[in-house]
Amino acid sequence: MAAKSKRQQMVDLAVLAPLDWIDERTAFVRGTKWFLFRNVPRDISWGQTLGSAALTAFIVQTLTGAILALYYKPSAAIDPVTGKPVAYSSIEAITDELTLGWLVRGMHRWGASVFIILLFLHMGRVFLFGAYKYPRELNWITGVLILALGMLMGFTGYLLPWDQTAYWATVVGINLNGTAPFAGPWLAQFLATGPEIGTNTLPLYYGLHMLLLPGALIALIFVHIYLVTRLGVASPPWSTEAAGRERPAAVPPAGTRAGLVRGSGGD
Amino acid sequence: MSDTGHDTPHVPGPSLWPIAFAIGVACLLLGLVISWIVAAVGAAIAVVAGFLWARDVTHDVRGEVPSIEPETRTVGDSASTGAIAAVPVDRPLPAYTRSRFLEASTLGVGAAIGAIVTLPVVGFMVLPAFTDVEEDEADLGPIENFPESEYVIASYLSNPSAGEVTRRTAFVRNNGQTDAGEPSFTILYSRCVHLGCPVQPNGPIDEEARQELENGVELRPVLAQSFGCPCHGGLYDAEGNRQAGPPVRSMDRYTFSIRNGRLVLGELYAVGNVSGTGASAQISRYPWSVPGTHVDGVEAWLYPIVPSQVTG
Ligand code: HEM
Ligand code: FES
Repeated sequence: MAAKSKRQQMVDLAVLAPLDWIDERTAFVRGTKWFLFRNVPRDISWGQTLGSAALTAFIVQTLTGAILALYYKPSAAIDPVTGKPVAYSSIEAITDELTLGWLVRGMHRWGASVFIILLFLHMGRVFLFGAYKYPRELNWITGVLILALGMLMGFTGYLLPWDQTAYWATVVGINLNGTAPFAGPWLAQFLATGPEIGTNTLPLYYGLHMLLLPGALIALIFVHIYLVTRLGVASPPWSTEAAGRERPAAVPPAGTRAGLVRGSGGD
Repeated sequence: MSDTGHDTPHVPGPSLWPIAFAIGVACLLLGLVISWIVAAVGAAIAVVAGFLWARDVTHDVRGEVPSIEPETRTVGDSASTGAIAAVPVDRPLPAYTRSRFLEASTLGVGAAIGAIVTLPVVGFMVLPAFTDVEEDEADLGPIENFPESEYVIASYLSNPSAGEVTRRTAFVRNNGQTDAGEPSFTILYSRCVHLGCPVQPNGPIDEEARQELENGVELRPVLAQSFGCPCHGGLYDAEGNRQAGPPVRSMDRYTFSIRNGRLVLGELYAVGNVSGTGASAQISRYPWSVPGTHVDGVEAWLYPIVPSQVTG
């Protein structure tokens, strides 16, 4: 190869050398390339983006939820100033008083439905394409768990505004669980923190909604996406090409063109 | 590399006594808290195990050198590759090496610690919903406030110190006296036995006659011969029997007592069916349970034990 241009040398020094330094110690760049620069079937379409869309919705929920958590107060006690329950008053304050609070709350509230709808669309796509078959069974199983936890997120989040809709919808939801055979009445009593909704119910739902369930969801999402990366995207059922087919050698591998790390490009 | 060199570290032979010694010490410490008998037993175990441990460790110093092979994973895994020529092939390899023992005990102890830490946490998360759930009796005030054969909507705080979240509503009808001369009340719990929505009396409420008593009790007479649920259209008659819609049993009822001329609500119970009316009603009574669960018929087999049977 010819001598490097001046510009090339500067890029080497400013970008590639530090990246190499990091990669040598952490394999971070190699890992990122393994994650992003994958072969995908040539005939994939918008249908395959639904999973990423659901992930984006989840990230939006996490960020807006974390902001709401800065101002929301999970207490059923009566606020002496407003004369209304503390939780309800804090939601009112978020919506009416905080600058752009209505926007963050609105994103979180509508985003919850968007997230669930995208999960179902994604699941439908996977089902119709038969993409749950060998070797992707565990993708399906972790996906089902994510859906279940996502619905639990919706159920526990719905109580938090502590208004009449929230309260009675949760009463009905708890009692629906209560009708399950054998364990139902026990489950209902756990969910209501006693025979009926009481002072502990709101903190329980808040803790589940913003700590336990998101933690479990994030862990499951990592497993799910690791498996997608490892196993690759399935070809559509009508595809005439073999799944996971290698790139033709004439096309330079994406890694060399991006050239993040010298020498590790054409894997 | 060969491990036959002179600088091979001297390792004492394997011994299980350190474990027994540790158990003894743990027992001794526990005994200091619980009782001196436990402490004494622990001390005895520790002394005996300590002695046996010392005997094991000093074994080769005291006499014949044991013929113990260095037990390493490499020996076990690569015995046949010839990499370690020093190991005679005809001798049987140790089936359970020291490293396998350490591996298993690390995993085992880790699992035990994990369980010891997790179980109380899970218990703390779940148990409060099932312990100390008894609700106070509610005093609804003098029985003169309940005119005969008329329903009164009574709302009260089942646990005043916990506040409004414990507000409940009951429909109270004074039935006069039974044939035996006992006072009789029909007291229905307003919660729908379909899925728990607030059942409403079908009739005009006499807001003029509304009364507020001490402790958050509120009374409002109503002209009602039936009750309806706003959520899914459940309909009940004046005795709380289901007439239409999805509810699976009759409305829950309260036991009651009359103390110093005041009506006091007791515990809730579930009702399969009511035949007859008012003071002469025959009520099939069951332990209280979640709305939506059957208390009689075959479907009740699906709910053999409900929490109220265990926790009262
Ligand atoms: C899968 C993701 C999530 C779903 C489906 C979800 C769902 C919901 C729903 C339905 C509500 C009621 C919204 C309302 O009435 O305004 C809510 C409220 C809330 N959520 Fe989430 N949520 C998710 C993630 C999170 C996360 C990650 C956090 C915090 C770290 C969070 C914190 C909150 C808070 C503080 C509220 C109360 C404020 C409010 O009601 O506007 N959420 N959530
Ligand atoms: S909750 Fe009353 S009819 Fe469904």
